[in-house]
Amino acid sequence: MSKLSIHGLVKTYAGGFQAVRGLDLEVESGEFISLLGSSGCGKTTTLQMVAGFVEPTAGTVRVDGRDLAGVAPEKRDMGVVFQSYALFPHMTVAQNVAFGLQMRKIRRRELDERVAEALSMVRLSGLESRYPSELSGGQRQRVAIARVLAIRPRVLLLDEPMSNLDAKLRGEMHVELRSLQRRLGITTILVTHDQVEAMTMSDRIAVMAKGGIAELGTPQQIYDRPNSEFAFKFLGLTNELSGQVLSVGNGTASVRVGQACLPWKDAGLPVGKDIRFFLRPERIRLCPIEVARCRASVVTRLFLGGVWFYEVESELGSLRMTVLNAGLAQPQEGEVVGITWNDDDLQLAGAEVGHG
Amino acid sequence: MADSFYRPNGAQWALSSPALALFLGLLVVPLALTALLSFSAFHEIHGIQVGHTLGNYLDILSDGYYYELFLRTGAMALGTTAICVLLGVPEAIVLYRMRPMWQGVFFVVILGPLLISVVVRTLGWSILLGREGFINTALMSLGLVDRPLLLMFSMTGVLIALTHVMIPFMIIAVWTSLQKLDGQVEHAARSLGAGPLTTFRRVLLPQLLPGILSGSIIVFTLSASAFATPALIGGRKVKVVTTAIYDEFLTSLDWPLGAAVAVLLLLGILLVVIGSNRFMERKYRQVFA
Repeated sequence: MSKLSIHGLVKTYAGGFQAVRGLDLEVESGEFISLLGSSGCGKTTTLQMVAGFVEPTAGTVRVDGRDLAGVAPEKRDMGVVFQSYALFPHMTVAQNVAFGLQMRKIRRRELDERVAEALSMVRLSGLESRYPSELSGGQRQRVAIARVLAIRPRVLLLDEPMSNLDAKLRGEMHVELRSLQRRLGITTILVTHDQVEAMTMSDRIAVMAKGGIAELGTPQQIYDRPNSEFAFKFLGLTNELSGQVLSVGNGTASVRVGQACLPWKDAGLPVGKDIRFFLRPERIRLCPIEVARCRASVVTRLFLGGVWFYEVESELGSLRMTVLNAGLAQPQEGEVVGITWNDDDLQLAGAEVGHG
Repeated sequence: MADSFYRPNGAQWALSSPALALFLGLLVVPLALTALLSFSAFHEIHGIQVGHTLGNYLDILSDGYYYELFLRTGAMALGTTAICVLLGVPEAIVLYRMRPMWQGVFFVVILGPLLISVVVRTLGWSILLGREGFINTALMSLGLVDRPLLLMFSMTGVLIALTHVMIPFMIIAVWTSLQKLDGQVEHAARSLGAGPLTTFRRVLLPQLLPGILSGSIIVFTLSASAFATPALIGGRKVKVVTTAIYDEFLTSLDWPLGAAVAVLLLLGILLVVIGSNRFMERKYRQVFA
């Protein structure tokens, strides 16, 4: 139960490359926060500076108000789960889990209890005397998690821990690790490039780009109402459209997009302004042509199991849309359909942050 | 998968015949002949006798001189191995931590000596180690010693020169196990609360042990059977098994006795190699499967 504050964190490598440029982040006690970004965005460097493996060029990392500058990794009381799991190959599962406790000079009886407790938390009881080479990938990861849980760290740092697991196991581990973290109330930072992983597990997500935070908020906030265009494009799929404001009046505006004219509720736009906006594929619905906002002809239809994926050519231009597979008859390729959406689903492209 | 493509049809023997011929002709046959020779009797005037006897072995086993010889050889090989471990392991780790460009440079520096004949290198050492040699001159002029150190024709000199010859093998062996190391393991140990020393002792060193052991086997066997270095630097004063065999063959001309000593040396080395292999397999089978 610790609060982690990062202020003005900078890492400049020899040669002038800035991996992290002025990062601020407050992680509340017991909060699960994800640093989400593509490779090279500085997320791993940030984690390594928090763990103490990399010396920051500037800025501070504080845990419960205590500045960690110059504190060695072994004195930070942080549990790190690595991408490669970094298990000790010459030690059994039990010895791996016991290592951190031995370093803390925990006495034999309590040590045995805590090893057993940690292993039962990750459901590995019975494998104590196996060596890592005798375990499956998923089991190795559980050992890595048990090893850090055993020391009851102030902060849990997860460095892409799921990237070596197959998709199904990964999904199970997301749920399991999340519930474990909630139950234990450990302040956690997860570094990942996997959006689904970040969204399923996090209280808040920090979308990172070019060594800084481009967007910070709950998964729903940053997906549905992001402040930055970068976040909108980065998370999930989206249709990007552009148009021109034709007229304004009575709290509504009219925007010309392609050959169509769309009503716009925002009246703050000047006439003649070129605007760009986004529309998520899942917000577009099929509907009878009479009540449709727009007609569209189906260009491509793909079956993805849980959803149907369409590419349609409409008066607004080419659009991508998804329809839940609810067992209903679906239009064929070449068919003309009606499509609609809610006014709120149109997202005006906002201020540029980070990426162009 | 590969099995389905492979059908034995005799071609494998044809293809491996050049290597087999080389192996049989240059190693197995001479060794067998040496072993046979060691069971022949020898007469000072009439030379090698017809018939077989265990006499040579009995002579050796009842003579304290040979025990001393074998012990000295063992001590020399063990000493070289120990020095190679103490110098080679840190050297390999330092090399591992270097930037790729410097790694390349220092690899050439470390492996370069292997390109030069052992005899030439050893002669170089005898110039450095001599009474008036560079090392003694330097030590004297610095005032660190009053009289020249006895380096030539001493065990110290032999150990110095042998270490120089053998250390690349140790570094290569340790380097190989360093390459297999997961770079994050060290960070894991640190974040779990182990200081740098504990991390080395409990996490890195155990993972390097297989490499250290295989390097030690190579260094030990090569040192125990080294000839040029002990012959040129040790001379008559530091007599070891190999130089003794040389003397039996070329000075006393007692080939059967020399052969018997050679066979015993071979057996001794085999024993050490097989023993340490067994040990390694038993200890690390599960860990590095």
